[in-house]
Amino acid sequence: MGKVIVVTSGKGGVGKTTSTAALGAALAQRNEKVVVVDFDVGLRNLDLVMGAERRVVYDLVNVIQGDAKLPQALIRDKRLETLFLLPASQTRDKDNLTPEGVEWVINELKRYFDWVICDSPAGIERGATLAMRHADVAVVVTNPEVSSVRDSDRIIGLLDSKTLKAERGERMEKHLLLTRYDAARAQRGDMLKVEDVLEILSIPLLGIIPESMDVLRASNLGAPVTLADARSAPALAYFEAARRLAGEIVPISMPEEKRGIFGKIFSRRAA
Amino acid sequence: MNIFRLFNKQRSAPLARERLQVLLAHERAASSCDLVSILREEILAVIAKHVQVDAERVHVKMDRSENMSILEIDVEIPLDPALQAA
Repeated sequence: MGKVIVVTSGKGGVGKTTSTAALGAALAQRNEKVVVVDFDVGLRNLDLVMGAERRVVYDLVNVIQGDAKLPQALIRDKRLETLFLLPASQTRDKDNLTPEGVEWVINELKRYFDWVICDSPAGIERGATLAMRHADVAVVVTNPEVSSVRDSDRIIGLLDSKTLKAERGERMEKHLLLTRYDAARAQRGDMLKVEDVLEILSIPLLGIIPESMDVLRASNLGAPVTLADARSAPALAYFEAARRLAGEIVPISMPEEKRGIFGKIFSRRAA
Repeated sequence: MNIFRLFNKQRSAPLARERLQVLLAHERAASSCDLVSILREEILAVIAKHVQVDAERVHVKMDRSENMSILEIDVEIPLDPALQAA
């Protein structure tokens, strides 16, 4: 049986979809069978980030409503044989997701895939709670910024109360994925540090994704960043995170401060 | 921009950290309200089996300190309407 992961954050725009695509691809690059599921009904974007927007025929809502069979709605990635996408519906609203329907789809997917990665919509409404409901593991995507940290704290509270695991009295496994981290700014005291966020949220760290142009470049191209440029700093960080998800013990590598010539001249100031 | 301001500008991250710590301590206390509201509903249901109570007149409060938590339940039971009319 596959493992179900929810990628969630509360706040929008922190990198849930980017991280879903990157982690999904990174796991598939290890030859594991992966399906990424877009739960953002009405505002789907995972298809676009994955570069599959023109291949969407059926979606999650079609499957739940019985208009399409599950295999018909799955889109196989053109680059990775073991990576699949189940898109969200763009035209209907989130009320079309029924708890029973979602449960059925997740259970079916678990039978065929090693990893079912659910890309949660922003917010704490129905779509978000349905996306997290069946998860075995949660990846909480957070930016080192006050509003994102606050919303993550809220989501952690929901993960501990509204999921099936929590309701059964089990402990929900939660991991922090800190995205858009700028080591230089943190060093200067202008951005929350990794330790600050970890101390405040008190969940274990899955990875630190450095702020990088490569992320936008990858989404422009319609490729997960781990595929678009596998040697870029964010891709390496996602590979590391994926290995940790898969249970390997990998020491966290701190993103290095990137200093330009100007930064080098003034580097003493920071010390 | 004055070059000296660049050097004197206060570090903002410590302030962010402190604000978050204070805020989240409050919000976490408030979100245990979830538990409180469940308790409230269930307590209300039990009492309502035996006496008529007004849902608005039931107050459940949880105070948490380091060593213990105090659960305070305050139920107002209205007078019998027949009695009240008399």
